Amino acid sequence: MPEEKDIAIQINGLKKRYRLGVIGGGTLQGDIQSWWARVRGKEDPNLKIGKVAGNRNETFMALDGIDLTVYKGERLGIIGHNGAGKSTLLKLLSRVTAPTEGEICIDGRISSMLEVGTGFNRELTGRENIYLNGAILGMTTAEVDSKIEQIIEFSECAKFIDTPVKRYSSGMYVKLAFAVAAHLDSEILIMDEVLAVGDMAFQQKCLGKMSDVSTTEGRTVLYVSHNMNTIRQLCDRCIVMEHGKIIFNGDVEEAISVYMNSAFKKTSYIDLLEVKRAKEYMGEKARIKSFEFIKNKASFLHDEEIEFCVKLIANQPLSNMRIRLEISYADMTKIGISESKTFSKIDEGENEFYFSYKPGILPKGKYIIALDLYGFGDNFTHQTIDHPVYNIGFEILDNEGEKLVWNHNYMGHVRLGTIVCDNMIHLRGQNNG
Amino acid sequence: MQKQWTAVIRPKNNLLDLKLKEVWKYRDLVRLFVVRDFKTRYKQTILGPLWFIIQPLFTTVIYNFVFGNIAGLSTDGMPGFLFYMAGNVPWLYFSTCITNTSNTFVNNAAVFGKVYFPRLTTPISTVITSVLNFLIQFAMFLIFWVYFIIQGAPIQINWVAALTPVFVIQMAILGMGFGIIISSLTTKYRDLQVLVSFGVSLWMYATPVIYSSSTLSPKMYTALMLNPMSPIIELMRYGWLGAGKTPFVFWGISWVTTFIVLFLGIIIFNKVEKTFMDTV
Repeated sequence: MPEEKDIAIQINGLKKRYRLGVIGGGTLQGDIQSWWARVRGKEDPNLKIGKVAGNRNETFMALDGIDLTVYKGERLGIIGHNGAGKSTLLKLLSRVTAPTEGEICIDGRISSMLEVGTGFNRELTGRENIYLNGAILGMTTAEVDSKIEQIIEFSECAKFIDTPVKRYSSGMYVKLAFAVAAHLDSEILIMDEVLAVGDMAFQQKCLGKMSDVSTTEGRTVLYVSHNMNTIRQLCDRCIVMEHGKIIFNGDVEEAISVYMNSAFKKTSYIDLLEVKRAKEYMGEKARIKSFEFIKNKASFLHDEEIEFCVKLIANQPLSNMRIRLEISYADMTKIGISESKTFSKIDEGENEFYFSYKPGILPKGKYIIALDLYGFGDNFTHQTIDHPVYNIGFEILDNEGEKLVWNHNYMGHVRLGTIVCDNMIHLRGQNNG
Repeated sequence: MQKQWTAVIRPKNNLLDLKLKEVWKYRDLVRLFVVRDFKTRYKQTILGPLWFIIQPLFTTVIYNFVFGNIAGLSTDGMPGFLFYMAGNVPWLYFSTCITNTSNTFVNNAAVFGKVYFPRLTTPISTVITSVLNFLIQFAMFLIFWVYFIIQGAPIQINWVAALTPVFVIQMAILGMGFGIIISSLTTKYRDLQVLVSFGVSLWMYATPVIYSSSTLSPKMYTALMLNPMSPIIELMRYGWLGAGKTPFVFWGISWVTTFIVLFLGIIIFNKVEKTFMDTV
């Protein structure tokens, strides 16, 4: 059992409450109006129609009693769905906002990277930004001086270091920002999915650097990600959060399976009309209204056909459309894509499409579909018309009479075709030699 | 044995803990902010730092025309142009300090929401950046000052002029104090922002910038001097031009006000700083 002196972060009964809805009127005049109306016992003129006055003080617990101890030199992964409270926890740790209840005790300096290039100024050069960003993260100029060569080398931007960063590509931006954060002399490093940007090689380099600083320099790393592979690679302990609570704390693999099971919502009908789109303009020409598994279930046998119905509202006649399914494993690893044939014409208005699809190669497990509607041009151009950001979950079960042990970590996510044995010849018995 | 923590984060801190030590630890950041602001402010502009000069020059010309020539207000026997400029340049610094620090939270929300550093470093660096503008403007004033001496204007510089740096520091503190109070309030009430520029221009008329306090009745005079900016402007003008002396008592009162404002400002600022991300 590690001793108390080895604790880097101690969190006791941490809670964070947010008020729902608009806080105050936003303008002094609005607040005074509301106040005056309340005094006279009249209805608040600033309330939205249909809202009851009581709603005003409805609250939401983003963190609901977190207890956590992190020891020095640990690499702790934090996973959970959007809205589970991960980012709020990191915000509290990096002192961006204060908790409602509870306390956090920290031993050591914290440097946090909740977003890449925080405080970068577009007009300044890379070198100037290193100093500025270093100072924002708590380094003195002298400290940056002693590390600047390492930082520039790590960032792979040496050639452009005296160019204003507004001319940088987004990848270079990230590299530079990460280089600064990674070379800070802080004892605790907080990272929130900063590696999502940047190319593969650099991601690997960053992960290497992070485990390096942890093992050789004994620095503590807290890492939030939706990418299970980087969590696997980097972390030696992992917590899973849900609804502002820690629901699991321990081994990384176990944590990932806990997360995947909680991630997974199997529903046969999904309304996609109001779901967020991947880009602002998507869903304007046509909008996917809903997705439905027809047999009222989202579990299928390995060789069963998946039948589903997609409803589409077209705001104008469309031609040469295709629908595709982007299929991922439940830990968000992409597996592959299936496309429909081309619809040469889709009429304006509401349309229903009935599809059937036989994946065949997916072994037992939980999967996620993302829908994509796109125009398929003459020159094989691809223009996305609608792409609702929603993970449609489904499950593949073993065929009847088959019991397959399938470990997705070691065996992959695809069950390739059966090896066909064309002929088997018995040559001779053992004793007849 | 009780463990020594580097930092303990709790819902509420001691109100009187001003956290100035931490600001001192981040002094390099203040310096870099100043450098950044100065380097970037006039990038991609035609006239660049000339704007620092054009603004006070034009307002002085207009004041001279409107208040001196048309309204005929007394300038204590000084050349009107110099009289107005001597009031206008320091006032401009003070008003810049207020308006530029009054949107600290709203302007920096993006950075503040992502990383922690002592928030006070931002208004402090703003005020320091403005000192550089002030120096340029003051140099312009000195050129006109020398010109009018050569022209034979009855100008008598005296030892109070040596206090100019002290006046500047005081205006910086006072401007920042008011600025951070306003910026704390604007996290909740955005419309206070409108009030700032409006309020500051009204305040100028309650300060002897375009007139001399010597023309007022004793009662009005005392009331005017309770405005912390009045003794600063008057004394500065007295130091450089030698007209319209103000008793130093009022300057003492002005300092007391300045410190009260600064102290209150920091307390409110530190309180708002903790949770403003949830409301901004």
